[in-house]
Amino acid sequence: MASDLLRLARRVAEGSIRVVDLTQTLTQEFPIITLPPELGQCAPFRIEEVSRYDERGPAWYWNNITVGEHCGTHFDAPIHWISGKDLPNNSVDTIPPEKFIAPASVIDCSRECAADPDFTLTVPFVKAWEKRHGRIAAGEWVLLRTDWSKKSYADYAGLTEEGAHTPGPEPEVVRWLVEERDVHGFGTETIGTDYGQAQHFNPPYPAHFYMHGKGRYGLQCLTNLDQLPPRGAVIFAAPLKIKQGSGSPLRVLALVEEAPPPRPRRASRGRRSAAGRSR
Amino acid sequence: MIEPLVRPKRKNPLKRTRQPLHPQSVRSRTAHGLTAAAAQGRFELQKCLECAMIFYPPRDACPRCLSARVPFVPVDNRGTLAVETTIRTSTDPYFRERAPWRVGLTRLDCGPVVLAHLHGDVREGDRVRLDLKLDKGGAPVIIALPEKDTPHMTDDRQLREMTCDPKFRRVLITDGRNAVGQAMARSFSEAGASIVFVGVADAWKPFPGQEALRKIARVEIVPLDLTDTESVAELAEQNGARTDIIVNTAEHVRPGGILQRHGLTVAREEMDIRYFGLMRLAQAFGPVMRSRGADGVNSATAFVNLLSVYALTNWPAYGAYSAAEAACLSAAQCLRAELRPGGVKVLNVFFGPLDTEWFQTVPPPKVTPEALARAVVQALQRGLEEVFVGDVAEEVRARLSVNPKALERELAG
Amino acid sequence: MTGAAIRMAYDGVVACAPVTVPYRRFSINTAHWWIGRALRDLTRAAGLEPPQIDGLVLSSFTLGPDTAVGVTQHLGLSPRWLDHVPLGGASGVVGLRRAARAVQCGDARFVACVAADTNHVDSFRKTLSTFSRFAQDAVYPYGAGGANASFALITKNYMNKYGARREDFGKICIAQRQNALAVPFAMMKKPLTLEEYMTARAICDPLHLFDCVMPCAGAEAFLVCRDSDAKALGLASVRLLATIERHNAFTDDPVQERGGWAMDAGELWQMAGVPPERIDLVETYDDYPVVVMMQFEDLGFCKKGEGPDFVRSHTFTTDGSFPHNTCGGQLSMGQAGAAGGYLGLTEAMRQLTGRPIGRPVAKAELALVSGFGMINYDRGLSSGAAILARAS
Repeated sequence: MASDLLRLARRVAEGSIRVVDLTQTLTQEFPIITLPPELGQCAPFRIEEVSRYDERGPAWYWNNITVGEHCGTHFDAPIHWISGKDLPNNSVDTIPPEKFIAPASVIDCSRECAADPDFTLTVPFVKAWEKRHGRIAAGEWVLLRTDWSKKSYADYAGLTEEGAHTPGPEPEVVRWLVEERDVHGFGTETIGTDYGQAQHFNPPYPAHFYMHGKGRYGLQCLTNLDQLPPRGAVIFAAPLKIKQGSGSPLRVLALVEEAPPPRPRRASRGRRSAAGRSR
Repeated sequence: MIEPLVRPKRKNPLKRTRQPLHPQSVRSRTAHGLTAAAAQGRFELQKCLECAMIFYPPRDACPRCLSARVPFVPVDNRGTLAVETTIRTSTDPYFRERAPWRVGLTRLDCGPVVLAHLHGDVREGDRVRLDLKLDKGGAPVIIALPEKDTPHMTDDRQLREMTCDPKFRRVLITDGRNAVGQAMARSFSEAGASIVFVGVADAWKPFPGQEALRKIARVEIVPLDLTDTESVAELAEQNGARTDIIVNTAEHVRPGGILQRHGLTVAREEMDIRYFGLMRLAQAFGPVMRSRGADGVNSATAFVNLLSVYALTNWPAYGAYSAAEAACLSAAQCLRAELRPGGVKVLNVFFGPLDTEWFQTVPPPKVTPEALARAVVQALQRGLEEVFVGDVAEEVRARLSVNPKALERELAG
Repeated sequence: MTGAAIRMAYDGVVACAPVTVPYRRFSINTAHWWIGRALRDLTRAAGLEPPQIDGLVLSSFTLGPDTAVGVTQHLGLSPRWLDHVPLGGASGVVGLRRAARAVQCGDARFVACVAADTNHVDSFRKTLSTFSRFAQDAVYPYGAGGANASFALITKNYMNKYGARREDFGKICIAQRQNALAVPFAMMKKPLTLEEYMTARAICDPLHLFDCVMPCAGAEAFLVCRDSDAKALGLASVRLLATIERHNAFTDDPVQERGGWAMDAGELWQMAGVPPERIDLVETYDDYPVVVMMQFEDLGFCKKGEGPDFVRSHTFTTDGSFPHNTCGGQLSMGQAGAAGGYLGLTEAMRQLTGRPIGRPVAKAELALVSGFGMINYDRGLSSGAAILARAS
């Protein structure tokens, strides 16, 4: 209804609907997925100044950027995985636009992850969460709050000789979320929707395999999930309309009903400090 | 006796920086035969193929039999210093501010009388060795050294104008993630560099050898990503004025040619790390290094490129790699011309396959990172411009001067 | 050259009308301007109109980008005989040789021999840096000491080998300075003492300040024509008894200790028909005192290595036992570039015709003028000498 929309706009403007930015700033330093060296790699975010009010362009400042589709806070489309390659409307330019707006259930396992970087989300854990917060509804994003985005870059990437040790879902819970709860997609704070050692799961990378195999979506490198209520946030997540794109960096916004108590603004993590990056 | 070099004091921030000057660097085309020899550390003069006369200065015909077959060849560099003088004043600003400056006439055993710069330890009547070096203007000059090495020989003031000695200088090794970068850090620390900055990109990704790297004396790890313009610029802002030598150890080695590659993502990485990386370093550090070429004992002095010898001739088994290296070589030559007015040398170090992971399937002989690092330090101590390290590189160099086409075919297999 | 036939005598040809355009330390004018001054003074002194000059010898280091032919159009001459002689200090004697033969066989009638150079503040440095290919490749990059460094090495070697001392070189310089005091436009105007000479600023060991000439701007010129024409013009003149010339002599000497005169001196005296003792005044090319000593030896006034003794046992002022560089030479007059190679000729001509610009040498009948120049790599390549006699 038109009045609902206008009311939405007014409440956003006056702050009684709070907009939470779930997006990491796109910078060169932010960790990205690293595959075995023999395989093709995701291009990191890089920025080249074209001009800055100088002899290259006297009155303007602009940049050229290069970035991989799966760099920084980004959206995964079903075409990204082999299991979703033949589904209809499976690329970022063909996904119906109404799919870019959906409510979210935010599952908090930050305490468990603080104790164990190899924490994996299981069906029992989700069922326990549902007991407290209600059943996950169909068409909802399931966002995994791990507070991983607060870590230093080295701890965030969690790389060792075995690869990454970062939290993520077991194969069974992904299958269950899709088949038993009909979720919209799965979102994480980590690099990748999958558990760090998911190459050893069966099937490997089950978050990708099952979600995309069933035409569902992924969101990665989210932040500020700790500002969302367990239920009721509405997510706006529209990727760039790239021809046959498998995903893209994007701005993920959450609309939240109540204004929370005032909390200090998170400092920007754009440029490195002069003392050298210690993250 | 040469006074040993003393570690320079901190620079006085209120004093103007001395601007670089250099001796006249115009040479005749034939005299550039000396440039070619000096660049690679050989002592060569012209020898007539018909009457065997060895002569100097460079000429276009033999002064004895008028033959035009007068190539530059290695000759015996031993002689006797016949007479010396000390220049107290000069119309040329470079020498004027470096006076007193000693030169003398040496009678070479093989014949010619040569006017040469004099090392502080040689006197009239001494037996000497002549060495061909590139002076501050990158032009070939001859210096008479003592017959045998003397204590602190390389600290001689006149000789140091022609070398890029790492002693007491501050070095930036651009990539410490790989074995070559780590061996380089070790070698420069041992060669007496006062600080060895080692660049590491993506510190959040661990790498083998990182603990040992941190423990090397006078190593300081700095963030540096050669694929990120801002990263290079930031490091130059903080460190550019205290970077005297850059050694670009960033590497990108992948087997395969051009045709069999699938897509361009690897080629983009290759060019980004190697060719654009070099450009970023040049743009960020070049101007300040060029302005510091005369800035005291620890003046800016050299930019070292580590290049595959296959930059000179493509090896199709590593064909795309060869092409990226070739792009770097051409850019390095441009950089050499651009840095020369500041008295900063560009040293290109060529090597065949390395004894590192991406050359795993290549049979020996291969160059170890340690051997490469040692060769780089020695080349800087001698002030060379081109060095070929290892048997494969030496062979490619030799074969290129005989028949490049044969080499092209045989490398293609 | 014992046993060789003497060369053809210089019958019927004379040199006359010596002209010096007073030297200046620095000049904003060009070499062309100085040549113009010299030619005007020369034609006036000779009583000629410029179109009558049908032969031209020209020497200059700062004429670029012109050579002699550019000067013909610049100054309005139409000679039928032209020679650009770029031999530095040997240019005068060589130019005289060329002009004399041209007049003798009728290729030209009135040959103007002119040397001129300007001196801007950067002339010296620029001349050094582009002096010759060997200088560019193998000398200038080694300290840019110019000829000072090259002759320092030659001087040191000579001192090592033959026992010459700085005091011996000083004696030559001091006598020349004495001779120059009577010349109004000499660059150096005060007497020189031995102490001043010995303690002067070191330039390039063992050379000190007063071993080196002062570059300046200036011009020298004279006329070469038939004896009969000089008489008809009423010009006092001198005859040529003998001349020699040599380039790149003694290539096997590791360090230069003799010039080309040593190869040809015998021919000089044989052609002149007089012994060295008969010479009343000697004008050597004095870019450095060691070269003066070498000329004493190589021209036959003493043996090789006896130069130091010769200097110690003679006096060199105009009234001395061996009148030498009688108007002060370049060491006291200044070196006006290539004009330094003509200075000895004009001075000898003036002494022989009784019109010196400084003090006269008594009863001057025979003069020897020596030229030397073009330090290319490590030695001066060109040498020449002429024995002149007063024309009766």
